Amino acid sequence: MARTLRIKDAWAEQQLFFARVLVAVAFVVVASGLIVGRLVQLQVVEYDYYSQQSSGNTIRVVPVPPIRGLILDRHGRTLAENTPSYQLEITPEQVPDLPATLERLVAIGIIAPDDLQDVKNLVRSRRKFDTFVIAERLTDLQLAAFAVQRPWLPGLEVQARLGRRYPLGPFASHALGYVGGISADDMKELDRAAYAGTSQVGKISIERSYEPDLHGASGHEDVVVNAHGRRIEVLGRTPSTPGRDLLLSIDADAQLVAENALAGRRGAAVAIDPRNGEVLVFASVPNYDPNIMSAGIGRRAYAALQEDIDRPLFNRALRGQYPPGSTIKPMVALAGLHHEVRRATDRVWCGGSFSLPGSSHRYRDWKPEGHGSVDMTGSIEQSCDVYYYGLARDLGIERLGGFLQQFGLGGNTGLDMAGEQGGLVPSPAWKKTAFKSRANQVWFPGETVIAGIGQGYLLVTPLQLAHATATIAARGQRFEPRLVRGYRDPATGATEYLPPRPLPPVADQDPAHWDVIIKGMEDVLYGGRGTARAIGAAAKYRMAGKSGTAQVFTVAQGAKYNAAQVAERRRDHALFIAFAPLEDPRVAVAVVIENGESGSKVAAPVARAIIEAVLEPRT
Amino acid sequence: MSARVEVGPLGRVLRTLHLDGLLLLGIGGVLVMSLLALYSAESQDLREVLSQGARIGVAFAALLVLAQVPPQWLRTAGPFVYAIGLVLLVAVLLKGEISMGARRWIDIGIRFQPSELMKLGVPLFLGWLLHERPLPPSFPLVLGTLVIILVPATLIAVQPDLGTSILIVLSGAIVIFFAGLGWKYIAAAAALAAAAMPALWLVMHDYQRRRVLTLLDPESDPLGAGYHIIQSKIAIGSGGLFGKGWLNGTQGQLEFLPERHTDFIFAVIGEEFGLFGALALLALYLFVIGRGLVIAANAPDTFTRLLAGTLSLTFFCYIFVNTAMVMGLLPVVGVPLPLVSAGGTSMVTLMAGFGILMSIQTHRKLVAR
Repeated sequence: MARTLRIKDAWAEQQLFFARVLVAVAFVVVASGLIVGRLVQLQVVEYDYYSQQSSGNTIRVVPVPPIRGLILDRHGRTLAENTPSYQLEITPEQVPDLPATLERLVAIGIIAPDDLQDVKNLVRSRRKFDTFVIAERLTDLQLAAFAVQRPWLPGLEVQARLGRRYPLGPFASHALGYVGGISADDMKELDRAAYAGTSQVGKISIERSYEPDLHGASGHEDVVVNAHGRRIEVLGRTPSTPGRDLLLSIDADAQLVAENALAGRRGAAVAIDPRNGEVLVFASVPNYDPNIMSAGIGRRAYAALQEDIDRPLFNRALRGQYPPGSTIKPMVALAGLHHEVRRATDRVWCGGSFSLPGSSHRYRDWKPEGHGSVDMTGSIEQSCDVYYYGLARDLGIERLGGFLQQFGLGGNTGLDMAGEQGGLVPSPAWKKTAFKSRANQVWFPGETVIAGIGQGYLLVTPLQLAHATATIAARGQRFEPRLVRGYRDPATGATEYLPPRPLPPVADQDPAHWDVIIKGMEDVLYGGRGTARAIGAAAKYRMAGKSGTAQVFTVAQGAKYNAAQVAERRRDHALFIAFAPLEDPRVAVAVVIENGESGSKVAAPVARAIIEAVLEPRT
Repeated sequence: MSARVEVGPLGRVLRTLHLDGLLLLGIGGVLVMSLLALYSAESQDLREVLSQGARIGVAFAALLVLAQVPPQWLRTAGPFVYAIGLVLLVAVLLKGEISMGARRWIDIGIRFQPSELMKLGVPLFLGWLLHERPLPPSFPLVLGTLVIILVPATLIAVQPDLGTSILIVLSGAIVIFFAGLGWKYIAAAAALAAAAMPALWLVMHDYQRRRVLTLLDPESDPLGAGYHIIQSKIAIGSGGLFGKGWLNGTQGQLEFLPERHTDFIFAVIGEEFGLFGALALLALYLFVIGRGLVIAANAPDTFTRLLAGTLSLTFFCYIFVNTAMVMGLLPVVGVPLPLVSAGGTSMVTLMAGFGILMSIQTHRKLVAR
């Protein structure tokens, strides 16, 4: 073994080790000297500098939240305002026993038991020395309960802040939306600096879509805090910039009339001024109370709203998609005139049903015995299905769909509210992409036939239908619908109105063509055989309208719905569109009532009431 | 000799338990400062201090156990400890738990970092290897030890845990140094290390490079990587000679200082107890290290000498790396302040090391006989 060449010399090795220990000691001394030297440098030589830096650290920048803009209706009535409310704020580092404190808040009714976990998560997500809100809109009872328990609840403070209030309660809730606490998802889209002091943000509808205008910008105070973070002195102040007030085109009186007329139903009504696209009524029922949502709705209450079979949180006016039924017949008629497929005077024999050549399938008219011989005006007045089966076949789906799209169907209208649904104007190309199986991708001639009476794949939103009605009323002139027509500066009161935004008009500009379909719609209300002649009576102005009934295909299924509820939901949807006054239209309205069965009997009176409220203001 | 000196009842207890009174005294002093600083750093939450106390209790149990183990047993166990550590390190890389972006933990009943075991495994194995061989070590032997050191160091570096990896290399290097490695080798190694710097830069992760750059100019990134260094320098510097007083450090209490209960606790001590407080802690540390070196010098054979010397000097290296990092002299590598930072794993390793030191000291006579 090589090792035997060198013999282990214990004494020499020990001497060598002692020498190395001495070197180690020397190293320790030098390195310790380095540490001591650095300590002396920092703590003695540069003490003044770091001491100053340290006190600089005790100046905190405290954000000052801006005052949120008001929302007013077209007559200056307040729809959303800010009122003082009391909120409970916590500073976790000053709370000796956090779980016990939160339990106590549950016991005295300030935190709902269901929300305890959420509050705990919130506290965990914030820094210990931050002060933040854990309960909003304290009631008098809660305030009193807190006052009594106060000595046992250190680290908690009641603060008066401005909270959002909606004086009309649930009315117009689907137009206004509501504000709520800023979530982690919200924060991704927001400028942290501008929202430093803000606790609430618009969640939906106008409150969300106009968030940047309504919010304004946070200011800040430079505050000296002591070692415990308490304010000692305010050094400087940069005021916040308040948000701008929104002037809506909504007419609050008409809105109330609409929602009252729809009460107890599921549906929507939208009224638009055909001259400029201003939305006068934007109603969706059932509605909800935005005051409850903004106060920080409990988890259980929110779940109940979400699971309600009537879906009160669903904005039907904006996002509900329904087959338009016969309400599209005036537009189909105009397409026939435009493409010279029909003349107004051409008469069609209606014997109660229609068949495609070489097919035995009969497409039935709603009137089993038929309407007899009808011209174009009569076909609208009586809503003759057979007339439109043939017209749609002669137009073909491409020309029919293309013409309907000119009225804004099958795409977003451009309303100044996020989340709009686009509806659907079907085409053979659409069908190729929409269906998986090759057999379903073929466009059948029969699908063109039923599109002529607004059935089949065709889907519209109440907003789109109102926009299309306004377009008929304005004889093809189109404007982007909008809910906000101007701003008001909260400081100076100066108002600024936005100009209407025109859209490309409908291609047909022949006044004679428009005369025909508008006459047909007039006859719906005043003609001897008009489908809604009961509605037009005793009005101070002449109206034009069209009823519609849409078949329901899908019914909510599930064990939690009882048979009566399901049966009720199989009934047809009722639709009605109308505008007035006939000579110089100032309001166009579309009403959709889910499972309302009859457009002329159920939806038409709602439309009439809205028109009356807009044209004959009580004041 | 000290064995003849009359001992009181306390001395008898210590001797029966194979404990070293002076070492215990020094460790106890450091632990007292640690708990005071932790109470302040943990927003005066007594529960955190108690849980650290519990960790100290567990670590002390490890110390007690190891103090009873005769050094010869440890020598025999050396290769096995190293081998087990190596297996666990590979296991961690293959299926370890990821925490804070690094794969360092393994769950074998308890969650545990195998790299900590290696802090003892490398010196034990090297001590076993060098014990019977003539010293200073021959060149082939030195090459062998380098392999033994670099294999676990590499495995730890890729976790990635550069701080611990460097400490493992250091502990191995210290063993060879105490074994009497020739100065020309040491000089050559130093030259090689200097030459390797650029290469190291190339293989570093982005965050590691950023830490090095931040060290050179922390103000370049005051809210990012430089924040730690800036705030801890402010904390220490503003402490002055006498400190702001216990629980009165604004940097710590107002939470400007990050990681203040773990890696940056030295800044809390510097802020609240000032230069004198920091020096007192350093003095306690040096007392512990000095006692360790005395034990090493008195140790009866090569294995115990190398082990005692290495444990003592490695302990100092931890202190130096942490304090230098907190004061902005070294880049921020995740090395806690030994015995003072909150946390259990490194505490157990350290106390186990002290247990070994005590075993070496208290089993001396038996060996001599």
